[in-house]
Amino acid sequence: MADTTELVTAPGSQADPGAGRVPRRPARLPKPLRAVVRLAGLVPFTAYIVLGLFIPLIAVLIGAFQNSSTGAWTFSNIDAATHGAYLKGYENSLELSLIASILPGIFGLLIAYAIFTAKRGGKVLRQMVITAAGVFANFGGVPLAFLFIASLASTALVTGWLNNIGVNLYAHGFTLFDLAGVAVVYMYFQIPLMVLIILPALEGLRPAWREAAENLGARSWSYWRHVGGPVLMPSFLSCLMLLFGSALSAYATAEALTGGTIALVPIQIGTVLNGNVVAGEANVGKALSLGLVVIIGVLMILYVMLQRRAAKWLQ
Amino acid sequence: MAAIGTYARQGWIRRVMRTPSGNAGAAVSRSGKFPVWRWVILLIAGIYFLLPLYAAIRFAGIKAFGSVFTQPDFGSSLWTSVQIAAMTWAITMALMVPTTIYVHLRLPGMRRFLESITILPIVIPPIVLTVGVLQVFPVQLKATMWLLGFEYVILAMPFAYRAIDAGLRSIDLKTLTEASGNLGAGWLTTMWRVVLPNLGTSLLSATVLIVALCLGEFTMASLNLVTTFPVWIVQTDQLNANISVSASIIALVVTWLFLLLIVTIGSRRGRRTGAGEVNLFSVTANTNTIGES
Repeated sequence: MADTTELVTAPGSQADPGAGRVPRRPARLPKPLRAVVRLAGLVPFTAYIVLGLFIPLIAVLIGAFQNSSTGAWTFSNIDAATHGAYLKGYENSLELSLIASILPGIFGLLIAYAIFTAKRGGKVLRQMVITAAGVFANFGGVPLAFLFIASLASTALVTGWLNNIGVNLYAHGFTLFDLAGVAVVYMYFQIPLMVLIILPALEGLRPAWREAAENLGARSWSYWRHVGGPVLMPSFLSCLMLLFGSALSAYATAEALTGGTIALVPIQIGTVLNGNVVAGEANVGKALSLGLVVIIGVLMILYVMLQRRAAKWLQ
Repeated sequence: MAAIGTYARQGWIRRVMRTPSGNAGAAVSRSGKFPVWRWVILLIAGIYFLLPLYAAIRFAGIKAFGSVFTQPDFGSSLWTSVQIAAMTWAITMALMVPTTIYVHLRLPGMRRFLESITILPIVIPPIVLTVGVLQVFPVQLKATMWLLGFEYVILAMPFAYRAIDAGLRSIDLKTLTEASGNLGAGWLTTMWRVVLPNLGTSLLSATVLIVALCLGEFTMASLNLVTTFPVWIVQTDQLNANISVSASIIALVVTWLFLLLIVTIGSRRGRRTGAGEVNLFSVTANTNTIGES
């Protein structure tokens, strides 16, 4: 048994023969058992995740199939959640998430690349931008809504400036309080999130590849077309999946900005949860949640597949 | 074990390869220039991120900033948030630091799996999670900061795991732990006196990210009926919007300054010890050392 604990806990105990304190003996445990023992180190983490994340999620998913008052099994919640205003909510949510993931994705990648390759003063620039990204990625809700109401509402500061130079946003059909407006606001936390999650992938682009390509006569464009682009693409797409999920699940900002007038799934769930619906419809909120979780599940499968593909070249 | 060796070796080779020519992707021939496209991108970003802040400050008025601190419940809500942040921090560190180190040393094949699991809280709607949490956990815990702290650990995981992982990637963990073992240290000594001091910067980054989360999270706190700082901001907003906005801008700037301070101090130390530049989730080789020495 002492041997087992040694195997699990002591760092360096698996070093080259004679390197550790304990001379290495041939392992006594059969291979599958050793693998199980090694996995034991993940027990606290797994237990926490299961208790804090998976059990609550499963409870919601089960509730989606139960009658709110009697608890009997039913499909009526699912039926209600996929028709009428709720269906419209899904359409809006997906459309919003698509805009609010692709645009910030591209722009976030450009910013990340700009600061990553900067040399003169690059370190200070990186530190400022990356730390700012860490803070802005967690910014949202009422304060964020206020920032944009103060700048882009119909009589606000920036709208006024643009009017003075002859660009009348509101005459062109722009408003802060519809899908496009919410997307503009979402970019405020989506772009920083993209910068944070794409940077590790940029680390993996080796300068040697670029140098090799240039030695072979490649210009910037052909380097990106044939080397950099294909290598980075899976990482970029997997980051887009995360941005999509993040936009899909955002609640406080849209609620603060539009006061709930815009039909988005998280807002509809919030309305149900706050008890502002007909009695007996409480579990429709869970059915709506189930829909979101299914979409996110698909996203995460794509994410894992893309990450695996990305790992071929990066790291 | 062979896999760890490969990781470490590749990292080392990459660092060496990167040192003379600067960061990845930048061609030697262009070193020293600050191309126009970079200015354009950063200028657009600067406008997009700073203009709304400026507009909000002008709208709220400078006076509002002074009166934030004397508001009723400002202190108590901030104190609640600080307590929750402390609790979240303690659990996150106790849970994630050993787990991440363990995975790096013993289960390198599980790194990708852990990465996928810890990313989940970013994409799972907090509102859905709250519905489940309120349903599953005992009534006594509802509307308490204990439950909130417990769940914030989950929300903090994507940031905490990535920060710690970046720290571990920047050091040669295997060599360090083996050297320490050879010198007769047990695993506890190795963790406490060898690995943790080397993780300083990334642990501090994780700390600030956790604080930023706890000072910014609204959905779960409000549905859980705990008056945290963000909830107070929204309540105050209904009475005096200017003050609530000033409070949130102050929180934003103060958190950013802390984070910047930590990363700056960390990179000074990194230059001394020759470690890479650790920036939240990413590690870059310290390119400046060669040029300066």
